[in-house]
Amino acid sequence: MDYHTPGSFEDAAAIAAKAEGVTRFLAGGTDVLVQLRADMVTPDVLIDIKQIAGVKDIAREEGGWRIGAAVSGAEMTEHNELDQEWPGVVEAMDLIGSTQIQGRATLVGNLCNGSPAADSVPALVAAGASVSVVGKSGTRKMPVEDIPAGPGKTNLEKGDVVSAVHLPARGDNAGDAYLRFIPRTEMDIAVVGCAVNLRLDGGKVIEARVSLGAVAPTVLLVEDAAQAIVGTSLDEAALEALAAAASSACNPIDDKRGTIAFRTHVAGVLAKRAAKIAYERAGGAK
Amino acid sequence: MAPDGNMTNGFKVVGTRPKRPDGIDKVTGRAKFGADATAPGMLHASIVRSPHAHAKILKIDTSKAEALKGVKAVVTRADFAEGLTGENWNILENVMASDTALYDGHAVAAVAATTALGARDAAKLIEVEYELLPHVTDVDKAMADDAPVIRAGAADKSVPEGLHPNVVRYHESGHGDVDKGFSEADLVVEDSFKTEATHQGYIEPHACLAQLGSDGKGEVWCCTQGHFNVQKVCAALVGTDSSQIRVTPSEIGGGFGGKTVVFIEPVALALSRKANRPVKLVMSRSEVFRATGPTASTSIDIKIGMTREGKITAAQGVFRLQGGAFPGAPMEFTAMCAFAPYSLENVHQVGYDVMSNRPKQAAYRAPGSPMAAFAVESVIDELCNKLDLDSIEVRLKNASKEGTKASYGPKFERIGLVETLEAAKAHPHLTSPLAEGQGRGVSCGFWFNHGGETAVSLALSEDGTVAISVGTPDIGGSRASMAQMAAEELGIPYESIRTTVADTATLGYNEISHGSRVTYASGLATIKAARDAVKKLCGRAAAKWGIDEDAVVWEDGCAKPSGPNAGDFEPLPLAKIARSMGRTGGPIVGHYEATPEGAGVSFATHIVDAEVDKETGQTKIVRYTVVQDAGKAIHPTYVEGQFQGGAAQGIGWALNEEYIYGEDGRLQNSGFLDYRIPVASDLPMIDTVIVEVPNPGHPYGVRGVGETSICPPLAAIANAVSNAAGVRLTELPMSPPRILAALDAQANG
Amino acid sequence: MSMIHVTTTVNGDEVEFLCDPRETLLDVLRDRLSLTGAKEGCGTGDCGACSVTVDDRLVCSCLMLGAEAEGKSIGTIEGMADGEALHPLQEKFIEYAALQCGVCTPGVLVATEALLKKNPDPTETEVRYWLAGNLCRCTGYDKIIRAVLDTAADLRKAS
Repeated sequence: MDYHTPGSFEDAAAIAAKAEGVTRFLAGGTDVLVQLRADMVTPDVLIDIKQIAGVKDIAREEGGWRIGAAVSGAEMTEHNELDQEWPGVVEAMDLIGSTQIQGRATLVGNLCNGSPAADSVPALVAAGASVSVVGKSGTRKMPVEDIPAGPGKTNLEKGDVVSAVHLPARGDNAGDAYLRFIPRTEMDIAVVGCAVNLRLDGGKVIEARVSLGAVAPTVLLVEDAAQAIVGTSLDEAALEALAAAASSACNPIDDKRGTIAFRTHVAGVLAKRAAKIAYERAGGAK
Repeated sequence: MAPDGNMTNGFKVVGTRPKRPDGIDKVTGRAKFGADATAPGMLHASIVRSPHAHAKILKIDTSKAEALKGVKAVVTRADFAEGLTGENWNILENVMASDTALYDGHAVAAVAATTALGARDAAKLIEVEYELLPHVTDVDKAMADDAPVIRAGAADKSVPEGLHPNVVRYHESGHGDVDKGFSEADLVVEDSFKTEATHQGYIEPHACLAQLGSDGKGEVWCCTQGHFNVQKVCAALVGTDSSQIRVTPSEIGGGFGGKTVVFIEPVALALSRKANRPVKLVMSRSEVFRATGPTASTSIDIKIGMTREGKITAAQGVFRLQGGAFPGAPMEFTAMCAFAPYSLENVHQVGYDVMSNRPKQAAYRAPGSPMAAFAVESVIDELCNKLDLDSIEVRLKNASKEGTKASYGPKFERIGLVETLEAAKAHPHLTSPLAEGQGRGVSCGFWFNHGGETAVSLALSEDGTVAISVGTPDIGGSRASMAQMAAEELGIPYESIRTTVADTATLGYNEISHGSRVTYASGLATIKAARDAVKKLCGRAAAKWGIDEDAVVWEDGCAKPSGPNAGDFEPLPLAKIARSMGRTGGPIVGHYEATPEGAGVSFATHIVDAEVDKETGQTKIVRYTVVQDAGKAIHPTYVEGQFQGGAAQGIGWALNEEYIYGEDGRLQNSGFLDYRIPVASDLPMIDTVIVEVPNPGHPYGVRGVGETSICPPLAAIANAVSNAAGVRLTELPMSPPRILAALDAQANG
Repeated sequence: MSMIHVTTTVNGDEVEFLCDPRETLLDVLRDRLSLTGAKEGCGTGDCGACSVTVDDRLVCSCLMLGAEAEGKSIGTIEGMADGEALHPLQEKFIEYAALQCGVCTPGVLVATEALLKKNPDPTETEVRYWLAGNLCRCTGYDKIIRAVLDTAADLRKAS
């Protein structure tokens, strides 16, 4: 295994582009090292991006936020302003693993690992977040929902490296929330995850994005679920319609973590619960 | 002399809570566990394991591995002893497969290299050709006519004709006439239950450092619950004499029964012999799950009859235990423990030991008993609900007492079940209000406890301090309790005594630290060794004073003249006698070697409140109380710790822990990520009540406490969850998908 | 395979080592620096027995490469006591029997020390969630949680 510590994303992308064999980028390492220890993936080329300037920064950008590729969960949780504006995104990140994992794990790592059950990804998708991708032909922006391609797979190309996550400006009367179901209270992979991001006008939902995790090969952005609550004041009927839309969007598998029936049902339950939290955070009284 | 008989009060040191002698080592990181030892010239080893549940091993090609730089030895089955029979053959077959891999994770070869990474790389280069065979991992399916046979001819003579060859042992016991009993009942409830295999989940993976020369002389350092057993098994498997292998136990990072078994030490020895260098072998967590000894999984049928007044008229149970690819599932313990809490005129139990393509089961805290309690106590709860009876009162009405003929045969001596039930009844937990969505469950549990071969030596130093050597590894603070008991006998301070877990060359044979036997048996042996030393101390004093030995008593750490000589001489403290012992007859050492057989059985009653989220099936344990008979608590804090630990493990078993095998027969959750043991945020504080009904078989009344604490939780939680959810759960773990499915099934009629 | 040269600080002492790029910080601490207080319970970040601090941030040393330690400041259980004076958490753990087998204890102590530095007055729930990544199979956590809460109270009184 060759270990590299490039000083820029351009260099990182160049190393990756000409690398032979299995290539991995190392930020927090909480997936890469697990796979290494378990003999699942032993990279031939490992590119540690943490020496690159700015990778640990959380910075204002066009009213929103730019979160560097090596910012850890703990650093996000400790960032009060970010937490106030995007509590759903921060909570989703914070739910990943233990305090120790939080000391290292990153949003970008969670995204690029390609797990359909990644906690932060539904929250980012619901938030309308995008990422900067540095590749052969320069830097481009991609919506977060365009990155995952299936379990363990992304739409990134050889030589692409994600340098930062961009959260849009929060704006007024808006709130987001993420909930996941796990059998224990901590330390599990999501059996179902659901993020809701919405904006209100006088108690009525005027914009919404609903995203589900662990119920399909990739994280889903569920337009029908959003439509079920837009125009409502999140009354019982709207919540039921939301749950039904969320459940019917599910295309899960039976596995060691949950059954198809369980995931489908709980997706609806979590959608309702997350929507209520987001609604309250947006200033709606419930 | 100290009293020979039972001493159950007036203690000075016993019952206090001193600091453990190994405390500083454990909190500073310097305590040496299995993987913490090194030796000059040490190699690192790695084991190649079958990825298949059942496969013929056609060929093992080690040439590429041997050619790798840094590789010093490769072993396969051919490098172990030949011609073994009986249990030794079974152990060797499990340690290293011969012609067939019997489960996912079964060892087929091993390699030693100069670095750990090198050994892992080399293991990947060992090529094994397999021919896949049909497999089975479920207990009921393994008994079915069409099940593949794991090993023909494995069954013993107990098995009735006509059963599948995978049924390898059979048990039947009971008394009275159950049919007559059921006809006298006002209500008979029958139900079937299943429990999945769980793992002890100790945090320290198995690890050893071993050396063996061509002269057959060897040294082993390892984490084990029983180093004398490691010595015996290793000698047999590598083909040398027991006395030529010296085993030193490391600190042990949890065992709970799982480290009573030998897995890797003979492999390290065989590699060491071939390489002529010390070899360190450490299991990965995944290896621990795939290839050590989880519990048996079970399939159980229970039928109990009860009168309207709550009297049990008859009880019967059928217990099928899947124990992996070898005989030995503890089905007789399951059968014998099932109804032990109750005084029954009519009782009948049947047990089946069933083989499957899984790792050989091992003991896990009261092996076999928790599953029995889960099934039986669930049915009792159901009977109480249907007859509208108070479940504690019903248990009291039927409780076993001194003189009761146990469901498994003998008459109980003095036991404390009624006392635990009374204490539970009086506990504020039982009458505290429940919130919406919560349910309460109660259960009793039983374990035999064990004595076993034990040897202890107690040596005086010239300065009047004492060194105790015991042969039972200290799993949870036993060095402290041994020192307390010796201090009590000798009348010297706890701090003046140091307890060491001695290696196999220092003491006579000691059985494994299992069966909750350490505080009982090593404790008894320590007391007797101290009394032996006291006798010698009194002899020295008598000689000095020129009086008869019998005229000297030992009180408050001093020899004192008694009877007609009382008051004639100044009392001689231990330190004074010790100082001159070189001149008065030589070293003073007390010792004791025996097989104590008076381990008192132990009962517990647990109360638990659970809250079920009916939308997601998630269960939260909101309150937990353990009431258990300890006989006599030597160090009450450690007794509480055993109670709490057993309850916590039971909570995991009840709610989330399980072995999950895929259709391909491979274990799908061989890590702590998906084998979900309770984490700190899952649990409430665990309240404890120590009941003390002395065991007549121990000088201070001690009963083992380590195992009984895991017997009631599965049932208590099942009862709480069933009461909270409004539907009876009969399968463990009661995972959220199972609870939701049960609620759905009920809603849909 | 070429080894990587790393200079780092462990418990205040500067150390240098060579390591294979695949070696974790835990491997390096245990096998190259003879600091065996951190344990490998799982190797996958699920048990916390290998907990250390890196630049005062609590991490699993099994999920970090030795090579990544370059220029960092590592804190392990071996650095917790001040000479012969135990840290108050260490004292309290012994007093409360907040350990049985003791194999998880180094990780639990490193994690709780990090907690109390960040939050001197944690609630029971906060302690439980902070320690959710430190598995203990012996104690049921009861005595651990009590020891942490009471140490925190003592330290607040003393300050």
